[in-house]
Amino acid sequence: MLELRNISFHQGDEIFLDDVSLLMERGELNILLGPTLSGKTTLMRIMAGLDKPNSGELLFDGVSVLGMPVQKRNVAMVYQQFINYPSLTVFENIASPLRVARVEQNQIGIQVAEVAELLQLTQMLDRMPDTLSGGQQQRVALARALVKKADLVLLDEPLANLDYKLREELRAELPALFAAMGAVLVYATTEPTEALVLGGNTVCLHEGRVEQFGPTLDLYRTPTGLRSAKIFSDPPLNSVEVECVAGQFIYAKSRQPLGIKIEQIPDGSYTLAVRPHHLSRKKEAGNEIEVEGNVSVTELTGSETFVHFSMEDSPWVALLHDVQDFAVASTIKFYLKPQHLFLFDSHGVLVEWQSEINN
Amino acid sequence: MSIQKVQNNKAWFMVLPVLILVAISAIIPLMTVVNYSVQDTFGGNEFFWVGTEWFQEVLASERFHNALLRTLVFSGLILAIEIPLGILIALAMPKRGWGVSVCLVLMALPLLIPWNVVGTIWQVFGRVDIGLLGHGLASLGIDYNYTQNNLDAWLTLILMDVWHWTSLVVLLCYSGLVSIPEVYYQAARIDGASRWAVFRFIQLPKIKRVLLIAVLLRFMDSFMIYTEPFVVTGGGPGNITSFLSIDLVQMAVGQFDLGPAAAMSLIYFLIILLICWVFYTVMTSYDNDEQSSGGGAQ
Amino acid sequence: MASIQLQSLAHRYPSAPDYALRSMQQTWSDGGAYALLGPSGCGKTTLLNIISGLLKPSEGRVLFDDIDVTDLTTEQRNIAQVFQFPVVYDTMTVAENLAFPLHNRGIAKNEIEKRVADVLQMLDLQDRANDRARSLTADDKQKISLGRGLVRTDVQAILFDEPLTVIDPHLKWQLRTELKKIHQRFQHTMIYVTHDQTEALTFADQVIVMYEGAVVQIGTPQQLFETPEHTFVGRFIGSPGMNVLSCEVDASDAIFAGKRFPLSKTVDASASRFELGIRPEHIKLSAGDGMPLTVTALEDVGRHVIVRGEIEGTELSTLVKDGDTIPQNPHVSFDSAHVNLYADDYRVASGKGG
Repeated sequence: MLELRNISFHQGDEIFLDDVSLLMERGELNILLGPTLSGKTTLMRIMAGLDKPNSGELLFDGVSVLGMPVQKRNVAMVYQQFINYPSLTVFENIASPLRVARVEQNQIGIQVAEVAELLQLTQMLDRMPDTLSGGQQQRVALARALVKKADLVLLDEPLANLDYKLREELRAELPALFAAMGAVLVYATTEPTEALVLGGNTVCLHEGRVEQFGPTLDLYRTPTGLRSAKIFSDPPLNSVEVECVAGQFIYAKSRQPLGIKIEQIPDGSYTLAVRPHHLSRKKEAGNEIEVEGNVSVTELTGSETFVHFSMEDSPWVALLHDVQDFAVASTIKFYLKPQHLFLFDSHGVLVEWQSEINN
Repeated sequence: MSIQKVQNNKAWFMVLPVLILVAISAIIPLMTVVNYSVQDTFGGNEFFWVGTEWFQEVLASERFHNALLRTLVFSGLILAIEIPLGILIALAMPKRGWGVSVCLVLMALPLLIPWNVVGTIWQVFGRVDIGLLGHGLASLGIDYNYTQNNLDAWLTLILMDVWHWTSLVVLLCYSGLVSIPEVYYQAARIDGASRWAVFRFIQLPKIKRVLLIAVLLRFMDSFMIYTEPFVVTGGGPGNITSFLSIDLVQMAVGQFDLGPAAAMSLIYFLIILLICWVFYTVMTSYDNDEQSSGGGAQ
Repeated sequence: MASIQLQSLAHRYPSAPDYALRSMQQTWSDGGAYALLGPSGCGKTTLLNIISGLLKPSEGRVLFDDIDVTDLTTEQRNIAQVFQFPVVYDTMTVAENLAFPLHNRGIAKNEIEKRVADVLQMLDLQDRANDRARSLTADDKQKISLGRGLVRTDVQAILFDEPLTVIDPHLKWQLRTELKKIHQRFQHTMIYVTHDQTEALTFADQVIVMYEGAVVQIGTPQQLFETPEHTFVGRFIGSPGMNVLSCEVDASDAIFAGKRFPLSKTVDASASRFELGIRPEHIKLSAGDGMPLTVTALEDVGRHVIVRGEIEGTELSTLVKDGDTIPQNPHVSFDSAHVNLYADDYRVASGKGG
């Protein structure tokens, strides 16, 4: 169990981490999700012991490990770049942490074979890393982390440098691998889709601050704040500024009514948000809210359509599950179900609400 | 927090041996020099306090002014020739293939020769009676004699230094140049950049750091040059190639004027320190600039 | 702008045993948006560098508007190219970076200013115009690289070599649609190299799928999706890719798991291997209609759930829309119009009605 208590890290005026507290259990995957510069790598370096926080505590299984040098901690790390020993065979690469730990020769053979089997590297054990493809090289790096039986395994965007299809394949394989490790697993990524496929828990990071932490799917379905909703959305979250005047919502820009009435909401400024795949061209239930915009560009993937349009001057995108082309600058209507609406107050905090549609 | 503090103290303890070593090798001898510079002696072991008298004497002396000027001119000329020449040679060197190692070995050769040997080589090389250069020039009808002609003496010393040290600039620049990714050159071709623009906007910014190191090293070295001119011209003809270092040794060892010599070496030392400080400031301001962007890309 | 022709073009790197690019014959029309899509090592970047003139092909010719440019330099070809990693001139400001390609070509000062302002606006960099380029983040640096490609209006073509690799997901969306808009507005001939199918499919009118140095299929995104000519294309395009299921053929029927699928035509049964291709999107999941499916895994990716399962030991994936439920006793039925039949990996027939 890894516990971070009020970790802060800054250099000069630049704040890298601000009061981060997290609790991570063994055998669970913890995903650090956030854009570049959100503090993912810094957090991992602190967990590994490569950097020291300015304040806060770091506990492993209840014992403080802040002063402990990285060599003494049982940590394995996998990076975005494929880092292997170029002059050693795949077998020796995987065996290297075992040699350092002075494991017996016949044991090394058994353990390497086991891990190689798991990562489909058995055929390549005699080859040199630079004769392998990128995906295979990263598998070797993963195998090295795996064989070490570390207490803490840190993976810093390990699939970022791989081809799309390879990434898809490895993403599907990784959860089973991780489950077999029994370590505290931390996995950094910038891609919401990757977090969803991997499951586990997710930490939404924004400018060195934890926005939200919890089971991945819960975070996706009910973000508690506008920031985590935005971070955890691909394609980007659609949002528009609205105002509530006497329980009646109007667009902040055009002052036009939205056509929804929300009970027991104080007057003030709000942000209304919806995910792109919840916008539909058809009315199904009858209680949908209607939104209208001007098409700026349509992207067709062969099976889906991304319609980019401008809604009250905000850029919105709709994901449709079929192929439809729309002329640029044409006006287009979409419908969305009230249960798919997110409402955030002026501080970006999710507001619970009950809706009524006035037609 | 407390753990951090303990470790910091430990770190100080670890550098203590180095501090002691530096004290013995540098600070104590320096203090001896300071001691000499403020006292006078008439032999024996009798010293008496003279205050800043030697410093005033040295700073006011024509001999010091001339030597300083000669040294500054020499260093300036060396930098003006070796830096551009070094860059040009580095640019002309092949980036891959068998030529690379041939060039690197050729470039490294002069650097492997000890200073006094270089001096001796050029002393012989330039002689009109038996030297290849001197005799060659003489047989072409050129009146060349570095022991008698002032200009010839300077030219010989500069040529010798260029021959000996340009390689260093070449090697430093070359290491900077080969680290530039190929894609920069491709982008420049796409952008239609001229050869000069490629140098000005890609190569020069990328080798700026090593270039600063090269300038610093070459300045310090040429400013303190002693062995080669001592061997080749011995400071002559007359005093024309008598640089600060040569002058200093003449005063201290030749005339045994320990007081003025000590004062002069301190001034010499302070000038070098000042110039180093200027370079250091320039370099760190450049680094800070770089770091603020580096932090952004983390 | 120009059309691009590749005549018997092939390339082998000196000392390499095999061709990096196998002989190809292509004509790409003026003003088109093309994507070269394929896994790393398929030769797509080699092809791009040959078109831009950074690499000279070992065989064949390259023509722009029927003019042979094979022996011309990159400068003479007048091409813009954006690379995978940001290339900026450190010592220049953002605006100077953008002006550089124009400046080199001796374009008038007020014209340069106008175009630079345009591009700054397009890329949302107005506020940083006078900042030194080296103080920018990787994202912004890549924007500058893109900008230097877009600032020239007279180019024959603009080439992109995986330009969004280093960009964060959110900005990726923004820049991709910006490129699409720019293409619609100026009708430049654009060629976009990527391994990312979403980028290729959303950007291009025509996608060229490459595999091991050869072009396996050229088509619109819809053609690649609905009628992949090769099982590789079927698997490579789509997330998850097409299900490729071992099957048998009986005259004009394909037989999978005991079920017959009528084909558009009679198929010669001499091939060594027959496979049925069906996209996850074209498989319907229901309570008791069709073939029984043993579910092995569910992957919730937000907008839909990927259902992985088996039919008589053959693995298969299908999709369930967000909000729909997966029945207790799931059965699957294939949309027979969207079935394709492959003989030794090449498509030989489609489903009847398709």
